[in-house]
Amino acid sequence: MKHTLSVLVENKPGILARVAGLFARRGFNIDSLAVGVTENPEISRMTVVVDVEEHSLEQVYKQLNKLINVIKVIDLPDEDSVQRELIMVKVKADAKTRAEIIEMVDIFRGKIVDVGKGTLSIEVTGTGSKLKALEDLLKPYGIVELARTGMVALNRG
Amino acid sequence: MEEKVRMTGAQALIKSLEKEGVEVIFGFPGGVVLPIYDVLYDSKIKHILTRHEQGAAHAADGYARATGKVGVCLTTSGPGACNLVTGIATAGMDSVPMVAITGQVATHVIGTDAFQEADTTGITLPVAKHNYLVKDAVEIPGVVQEAFLLASTGRNGVVLIDVPVDVSRGEIDFKYPDKITSMPGYKPTTKGNARQIKEAARLILASKRPVIYAGGGVISSGASEELRKLARLLDFPVTTTLLAKGAFPETHRLSLGMLGMHGTSYANYVMMETDLIVAVGARFDDRITGRLDTFAAHAKVIHIDIDPAEIGKNVKVDVPIVGDAKAVLRELLAALKPRVEAGAGSSLKQWLQQVEQWKKEYPLSIPKGGLRPQFVVDQIYRVTKGNALIVTDVGQHQMWAAQFYKSTKPRHFISSGGLGTMGFGLPAAIGAKIGCPNATVIDIAGDGSIQMNSQELATAVLNKVPIIIAIIDNGYLGMIRQWQELFYDKRYSHSSLRRGESPDFVKLAEAYGAIGQRVTKPSEVEPALAKALKARKPVMIDFVVEQEENVFPMVAPGASLDDMIGG
Repeated sequence: MKHTLSVLVENKPGILARVAGLFARRGFNIDSLAVGVTENPEISRMTVVVDVEEHSLEQVYKQLNKLINVIKVIDLPDEDSVQRELIMVKVKADAKTRAEIIEMVDIFRGKIVDVGKGTLSIEVTGTGSKLKALEDLLKPYGIVELARTGMVALNRG
Repeated sequence: MEEKVRMTGAQALIKSLEKEGVEVIFGFPGGVVLPIYDVLYDSKIKHILTRHEQGAAHAADGYARATGKVGVCLTTSGPGACNLVTGIATAGMDSVPMVAITGQVATHVIGTDAFQEADTTGITLPVAKHNYLVKDAVEIPGVVQEAFLLASTGRNGVVLIDVPVDVSRGEIDFKYPDKITSMPGYKPTTKGNARQIKEAARLILASKRPVIYAGGGVISSGASEELRKLARLLDFPVTTTLLAKGAFPETHRLSLGMLGMHGTSYANYVMMETDLIVAVGARFDDRITGRLDTFAAHAKVIHIDIDPAEIGKNVKVDVPIVGDAKAVLRELLAALKPRVEAGAGSSLKQWLQQVEQWKKEYPLSIPKGGLRPQFVVDQIYRVTKGNALIVTDVGQHQMWAAQFYKSTKPRHFISSGGLGTMGFGLPAAIGAKIGCPNATVIDIAGDGSIQMNSQELATAVLNKVPIIIAIIDNGYLGMIRQWQELFYDKRYSHSSLRRGESPDFVKLAEAYGAIGQRVTKPSEVEPALAKALKARKPVMIDFVVEQEENVFPMVAPGASLDDMIGG
């Protein structure tokens, strides 16, 4: 079961290692992890997507809270939060396929951010399923490279 | 308001330790800590030079366990810091308050694989409660203050402070902060939730087959008195873990002794038959529960612990109470006392009769013939009238010590429980004796584990620390041999220490300037101990015991708690 946790941490050196190390040594699987500073420069927000059972989720939550530099851990259920991820895809495109790809990207409200000789680079944001759908559609053209930020999320309201 | 004083980082460090009330540091110098050692030369803080950094960590640990104060150790970077790791993990697993200070290479060469450089904060991150790499001397007072607070509050633990040599040499305007303002993520809960305490009281009064299962948290929170009061008020039997020995007097009629893998049969039967476990400062470790799905199948569980992460980790809990054991037990007593005195609660007569019956049927017993290890421990108990501060190493002797030395006072039985660190005993005993100079400190060791840190005999002798080291010498890594006998078809792969070819412990003691004695017959045990107790310097007694004695009862790893070998 996937859960999205929003972890507010003191912006101190080594905090990423502390959190990542905790997940590794306690055997919790991380699907994605995104870190960045919040509106307060002394506090960072880590958005962690974990794949664990309910019982382990409680342990993840409690163990994270034990880390001295962790200020707050918030479980973000899908229905009560806004979740977004950004991906960039470089896909093969020639004179014949270019228009078709651009049209598809449009439907997904993506952007063409670079055009190369025989490639298009696309930027799209969305939730996991939307990004997966686009990725699947682009696959037949030939994905050259793909990068993703990992999920970031905020509570609704 | 205190005036600011100009001083170096090293001076600020020592000054901060003095402010925290540190009386003794266990350590070993090296290149990058020399600025700190230079300041220590003039400090009123006593320094004990161990012969190995691991010894320093265990000594600080033993000191902390015996006194309840924060233990402090100090070593250099690289190898010095690496040698602390076992000691930090040992103390951390048993929630012992400790501050470890290490030197580090200069900030501008960190990350270059400089001479004696190791990533100390990286290496200790998984085993310490918290750690700091101090990048600027101005941070020192605040970091020291935080470190002591973290080590000694909430679930106690180890905090490491890594101090680069240029930070030690840097100059600052020193002022010790009045209070900590910079830890927004640290707010341990000490007071139990009132609603849960009420619910706990309800379950307690409804229970017909209750047991109190007390762990090391009772000792660290100083809650032994409250535990006694609660047990007496309710007439509940009490079983104590290895780390809780002495939290409840094992001579009391309600005591079940230790539970778990090598616990008493009656404690384990009680755990399997109980309808209510009142767990206080204990963590349902695998050595306690045996097979989880059969453990205490009929029981409701009240779990009192300072660490929320322990609650519900291994065992399903009905009433979770996060809080300090002492504070919570006081609340519970207050809630229960008037009601019990007014006659509330179930009759426990039948249950207590059953418990008595198990005690009669399955007592711990000392086998006859030859010099038996159990007999030696029992003699130590008798000769010291149960008043000694016992420290152990890890192995069979540790379990015999736990079974046969009846503890009656908290902080009088010190042992590496969670990590099970061989080599812990001697340095921890030195630390304990330095912390409690008036106590009779006896390290019950094995012939295997004593050899893991025997160099600390020099520390004991040269610092005039008169401890007794009782080696239960069976010529084997006894617990290994026992497992091989029981589970590996008696294939004694590399567990023999080769009696007769092993070091001569009497000569070893004498080589260090300690007194060495050898005992081979039951009749020699008492006189040897009496002589050792009179000596004013360290004494090592080599008790040459029967070789193939086993620790029973034993719950095989992964077996159900009532499935005991020799029970």
